[in-house]
Amino acid sequence: MKTLPDAEALLPRLAAEIKPRLTPTSAMIGLHTGGAWLAERLHAMLGLKEPLGLLDIAFYRDDYAKEGLKHDPKRSRIPFDVEGRDLLLVDDVLYTGRTVRAAMNELFDYGRPRSIALVVLADRGGRQLPICAQHCGAQVEVPAGMRLRLKRAADGRLKLELERAA
Amino acid sequence: MKILIRGGRVVDPASGRDGVGDVFVADGVIAAAAATPDRVIEAGGLVVAPGLVDLAARLREPGLEYRATLESEMEAAVAGGVTSLACPPDTDPPLDEPGLVDMLRRRAGALARARLYPVGALTVKLAGERLTEMTELAAAGCVAFSQANAPLTDTQVLWRALQYAATFGFRVWLRAEDPWLAKGGVAHDGEVATRLGLAGIPAFAETSALATLLELVRATGTRLHVCRLSTAAAVGMIRAAKAEGLPVTCDVGIHHVHLSDMDLGYFDAQCRLQPPLRTQRDRDALAAALADGTVDCAVSDHTPVDEDHKQLPFDEAEPGATGLELLLPLALKWGRERKLGLAAALARVTSEPARVLGVATGRIAPGAPADLVLFDPEAPLRVTPQALKSQGKNSPFLGYELAGRVRATLVAGQVVYEA
Amino acid sequence: MPRNPQLNAHGELQHLLSIEGLPREVLLQILDTAHSFAGVTERDIKKVPLLRGKSVFNLFFEASTRTRTTFEIAAKRLSADVINLNVAVSSQSKGESLLDTVANLSAMQADLFVVRHGSSGAPYLIARHVKPHEHVINAGDGRHAHPTQGLLDLYTIRHYKKDFARLTVAIVGDVLHSRVARSLVHGLTTLGVPEVRVIGPQTLIPAGVGALGVHVFHDMRAGLKGCDVVVMLRVQNERMDGALLPSAQEFFRNYGLTAEKLALAAPDAIVMHPGPMNRGVEIDSSVADGPHSVILPQVTFGIAVRMAVMSIVAGN
Repeated sequence: MKTLPDAEALLPRLAAEIKPRLTPTSAMIGLHTGGAWLAERLHAMLGLKEPLGLLDIAFYRDDYAKEGLKHDPKRSRIPFDVEGRDLLLVDDVLYTGRTVRAAMNELFDYGRPRSIALVVLADRGGRQLPICAQHCGAQVEVPAGMRLRLKRAADGRLKLELERAA
Repeated sequence: MKILIRGGRVVDPASGRDGVGDVFVADGVIAAAAATPDRVIEAGGLVVAPGLVDLAARLREPGLEYRATLESEMEAAVAGGVTSLACPPDTDPPLDEPGLVDMLRRRAGALARARLYPVGALTVKLAGERLTEMTELAAAGCVAFSQANAPLTDTQVLWRALQYAATFGFRVWLRAEDPWLAKGGVAHDGEVATRLGLAGIPAFAETSALATLLELVRATGTRLHVCRLSTAAAVGMIRAAKAEGLPVTCDVGIHHVHLSDMDLGYFDAQCRLQPPLRTQRDRDALAAALADGTVDCAVSDHTPVDEDHKQLPFDEAEPGATGLELLLPLALKWGRERKLGLAAALARVTSEPARVLGVATGRIAPGAPADLVLFDPEAPLRVTPQALKSQGKNSPFLGYELAGRVRATLVAGQVVYEA
Repeated sequence: MPRNPQLNAHGELQHLLSIEGLPREVLLQILDTAHSFAGVTERDIKKVPLLRGKSVFNLFFEASTRTRTTFEIAAKRLSADVINLNVAVSSQSKGESLLDTVANLSAMQADLFVVRHGSSGAPYLIARHVKPHEHVINAGDGRHAHPTQGLLDLYTIRHYKKDFARLTVAIVGDVLHSRVARSLVHGLTTLGVPEVRVIGPQTLIPAGVGALGVHVFHDMRAGLKGCDVVVMLRVQNERMDGALLPSAQEFFRNYGLTAEKLALAAPDAIVMHPGPMNRGVEIDSSVADGPHSVILPQVTFGIAVRMAVMSIVAGN
């Protein structure tokens, strides 16, 4: 079995990729929970002026009718005006694309950005919607019945892990 | 018709008889022996007891026929083994005129089911202002006078009514409840009502009214029967009154020796009763008092209520429960729980109420009226709307399984019900 | 005792009828979810699409503009369709029974009923008769419960005081008739508040209230000592006529909250009121408008709390 990519090693490469596209209006938003951890690191590495925004898509998911409001919703906080900005939306794993769809819907309820670029650490394929990442750390093959998660150790180091899907 | 009831366990609380034997019926009474019976009823495995005497059963006629009719409720009575019943005067119009009483007795007599003993209104229209023509009503067949659940707020009228009744030796049956202290209340004033946010009727609404009644009995000598005791404190007062020698008897609704305000659960309107179900302590005191005779007898307080008037928020629902068919199994249940013998348990619904009523039924003895019930004390009765013959399907025991099924009922020597 | 009708077979909240009987975890889930919704109401677009396409029927048998309005705002912020029925005026007066009214609305594809009724227990009767996908939220029944008010009161207390485990809370006024008081008491005891007090004249304190886990005070000054939270209840004018209270002035003298009495409470005590206030009867204007008062924030929190309740219940 192929080993999973080293998240820590991917981080500086991603930051280097993103740097050229930054504009004066750029701002970063991380998706709870894994995307937020990732965004914190990238935000620091890129030295962005605007504070980091955090999004919880609990109220925009498309599976509410089936699952209800089960997830423990955290509070979305966008400490800047979204209007007219070039946004960097950061998530840990890109899979079906539904999370990103929900995140974009929520972002547009805050205002009208000039552009949104998607940054992900790992793309595992399996898209169900026409969504793609502008910056991707690595492609990862995930065996059936497994889930790819980003974990954060006590010392803050990030690591990709596979676990059994529920 | 000569009937031989063979091989049953004959239980006669009045005499203490309890053993397997035969009972002979001829010409409407219990006979010493029958030469050749016209019919033999095999009663092996069954209890043969006096028919139940129920001092409070609402038949809803006249006036409230959409709730129940004389036919349906008399069928329910004999299906429940009740052979004599007293009906309260709160019909529509109330039983305050001899003509109404007469008509009711004729109708009941024509049905030839249970014996009906009407209780007349103490005041005209039960309004608590003017006395009724008690001697006329007694001549028409009233066995006692009562206000049912209607308040009698003017204590001077109450005093005069008791005096007048005492003049002729009439019995007065009254509930002890101060209408002002009970005003607006729908449940016992305690922890449960506070939690549920229901207006409460304090226990002292009963005891203060009872104190007044007992004082008036001391002054007038009226034979008083206190209906539907609900508090432990009232039990103590009755005990003292009896020890003092006052002419007082009392009864308890059979539901009140089993249920408490805890059974209201999530606002179960089937538990909306008058008087209200009180605490577990009150329930236990009533159950014990019924056993030791301080409370003379248990009644069904049968009150058929249609579903439209029960499927309402608790304080809007009409109070009352169906009970004619449940009096026997609930009395048996009470007896088992108090570890009483069958005769002692049955006394409270046969010989003792008969004594209060002043009638010759309620016992098995040569020459006594042949009012009998044959029942299987172990057979289960599942309480469902379909199983009940009464039009009143309103019961806190819906869905429960009780033990004690009637197999046959005789009134005046005729079989009026057979399962 | 039958199963708590608020919880479905999996122990999830399907109706909100009363705070009593709800596990601690459910209460905390509601408060935490409300915290997330509070962020939504601060945005320009104050909506989320969670209940899009769902119909919320406001069934108010007791008139109330303010509670009904906050439920309507909350439902609309969840993108639900809201229909208001002042049943007090229409079908009830034609003699239609409560259950018939509900059955008719059910036939119109309702998803959520928000019910306010003058009789304690009415929402339970409704909840027993709705279809499996329909949910009932109690907006106040008789004197029994007002769970969303209790929850927003808990949210308010948590917002200002953080830790329930060290608080002394006093509820002052007409406890006898108050569904707000009952709901709040259940919430406080479930969340582990060590000292809950009720303060009022004997005529306004119900029998057996100690069984709910509260200490009774008839002397307001004694009861306020050291309190971290003071909740003032509304005194209704009707109470002045019945033999419960002699007059508004008498009540204010003994049980009205003035700055002088408030000084007996903890220095950082907060003052709450479910509204609407009777100034000069239960509370002095200087206190109602003063630095300890959190009465206006309560209203704001109320919208987030109702959004939380609706979205949790409608999803189960």
